[in-house]
Amino acid sequence: MDALTTPFLTGTATGAILLMAALGLTLTFGQMGVINMANGEFLMVGAYVAYLTQQVISSAGVSIIIAIPIAFVVAGLLGLVLEATVIRWMYDRPLDTLLATVGVALVLQQLAKDIFGAQGDPVVLPGWLDARINVFGYEWPLRQLFTILLAVASLALLNALLRYTSFGRRIRATVQNRQLAETQGVPTRNVDRMTFFLGSGLAGVGGVAISLISGTNPTLGTSYIIPAFLVVVLGGVGQLKGTVLAAWGVGVATAFLTDWTSGSMAQVMTFALVVAMLTLRPQGLFTVRTRSLA
Amino acid sequence: MRAKRVLQPLVLVLALALFAAACGGSDEPEASSATETASSESTTTETETETASEVSDDICVEGDTVKLGFLNSTSGVMAISEQTVRDSLTLAAEEINADGGILGKQIEVIEEDGQSEPTIFAEKINKLLTEDEVAAVFGGWTSASRKAMLPVVEGANGLLFYPVQYEGLEASPNIYYTGATTNQQIIPAMDFLASEGVETLFLAGSDYVFPRTANKIIKQYAEELGIEIVGEEYVPLSSDDWTTQVAKIAEAQPDFVFNTINGSSNVGFIKAYDEAGLGPDNSPIISVSIAEEEAPSMGVDLTGQYASWNYFQSVQSDTNSTFIEAFQAKYGDRPTSDPMQAAYVGLYLYRNIVEKAESFCVEAVNAASDGVTFDAPEGLVTIDGSNHHIAKTGVIGQINADNQFDIVWTSGEPIEPDPFLEDYAWWDPNS
Repeated sequence: MDALTTPFLTGTATGAILLMAALGLTLTFGQMGVINMANGEFLMVGAYVAYLTQQVISSAGVSIIIAIPIAFVVAGLLGLVLEATVIRWMYDRPLDTLLATVGVALVLQQLAKDIFGAQGDPVVLPGWLDARINVFGYEWPLRQLFTILLAVASLALLNALLRYTSFGRRIRATVQNRQLAETQGVPTRNVDRMTFFLGSGLAGVGGVAISLISGTNPTLGTSYIIPAFLVVVLGGVGQLKGTVLAAWGVGVATAFLTDWTSGSMAQVMTFALVVAMLTLRPQGLFTVRTRSLA
Repeated sequence: MRAKRVLQPLVLVLALALFAAACGGSDEPEASSATETASSESTTTETETETASEVSDDICVEGDTVKLGFLNSTSGVMAISEQTVRDSLTLAAEEINADGGILGKQIEVIEEDGQSEPTIFAEKINKLLTEDEVAAVFGGWTSASRKAMLPVVEGANGLLFYPVQYEGLEASPNIYYTGATTNQQIIPAMDFLASEGVETLFLAGSDYVFPRTANKIIKQYAEELGIEIVGEEYVPLSSDDWTTQVAKIAEAQPDFVFNTINGSSNVGFIKAYDEAGLGPDNSPIISVSIAEEEAPSMGVDLTGQYASWNYFQSVQSDTNSTFIEAFQAKYGDRPTSDPMQAAYVGLYLYRNIVEKAESFCVEAVNAASDGVTFDAPEGLVTIDGSNHHIAKTGVIGQINADNQFDIVWTSGEPIEPDPFLEDYAWWDPNS
């Protein structure tokens, strides 16, 4: 039983982090055709917010909770700046945004190195998370449960926002057909900005969760951006259901493969699996029903 | 539009694959190959005879100064580590100059930045040796940077002093290795574990040449010592997530964990290890890349864990206290560590060889190097002229509450360097 529960649970926790990294990507790619390679750096920003909060509020238990909304706002604002300065000029030119945001990512990494130094900074695990619960013989670290709950809560809020608010309806309208939305009076430029804020902010929250796994370091984002994109592409661009399933699937598959083979081999095999899936379903697991005529 | 939508994800995956490949390539050292070194030796011999016939009593350096190249990364991912080496090299140069220089010539340092890129290291060492015509170069850190510099320094028949412990299996006539080779760090660590009565061992490493080579040696020696290897896990350098692998350690409950993880991945490992309820009282860790500087940056109290090096700041000797005092007077209250000490030793050893040879010429230096000693902070070190490594003492430290190491075991006397492990009967490089 242990052989199954351990990879299942750790994989689900990894999937939760991938989900928070991927939500912003799927929103911006689906809505604006923007491939944001700098999204990984918003994870890094979130992690540094967790570190800085811990420097100000010495109680690790309190500071991690406070860090979550701060990380959301700080990473979100950075996303707004990126949108306003670079990305707005390149809507619907995915490859251009890919190249430009890779550049932005490098700049942000170097900035972090200059400010905080290349050596990572420690983030202390709060006492109330430093415990284990026994699940079918596996001593499951509470931190992983916390990560999963954080992702589920973020997802629930985002889903409610998209489904039940007028702002959410505008986002969905823009994703489905931008021109038609505009003729109905939807201010698509404002909607774009808000989407960018939301997506980047969610990555910031993910960064707080990552800081509990590996502390902070300037290149933290690079190890998550590729898997996050795999998740987006696999799940189908621009909607939540597929992203959630894909994030969970990639996380659990990687964990099982790691268990059976090795860390490096698992990465290769996951990548190969995703490519194989995409040859069968090139649009990803799910697709947005667009209302465009072409 | 429809067709484009279908193609987009595939194009994206391909682009990502390219991006990942480009990122991954930078840090991974090439696999060691003894043949590479051997084949380039022939060119070296040619140049040697040429120069030897041209000059006889020339000492290869004119004027009142001698130019030396310092080639360390002051930018990029390795800067944090390599800057410390640059600092201790600078200290050594200042001390030697104040002491009258080398053969009466003041050292003139030419600094270059390797930018944490092996190709840049190759370019810069070429510039230092051919344009600046320095007498010797000091630097390099990753095995990849050393491997990139090796053909250049051999082709130009120059000298390189490399200060970091590494995976062995190399001996270039143009490189002096002042850090440990495997039989001075890995094997002492195993001897220590055997003396502690360890019966089961778990290996955790980053997935590149050093941990793979080290673990190959560990596995063969463990068999010899009767220690059972109960698990072996690797995670790529680019990944920090160790939770799945640590779950296996928790399950295997080994007497000890041998840690050959490098870089920021160590933080992920230590955090997951702590989170899983592991600690020095059940499955302690012995590391070969956590020193005085890394220990405080883990976010986890490491008190009671072990590390295997050849030098700790806590080494008790007059030369070490003088070294620490001089270093901290110049750079403030920073810890000293093994690689920076090894770099400092390298420059002093170079001075001692040159003064013995009474020449800066590469051939003269190589002819004189065997048996040259230096009373280093780590203890007495001696050059082995046959492989250009140095004999050094193996020490095991246990981390205390101040993130310093209490020395709990030493090899007693300096260990002769044996980069190819030729004197170890149990070692089979082909298995």
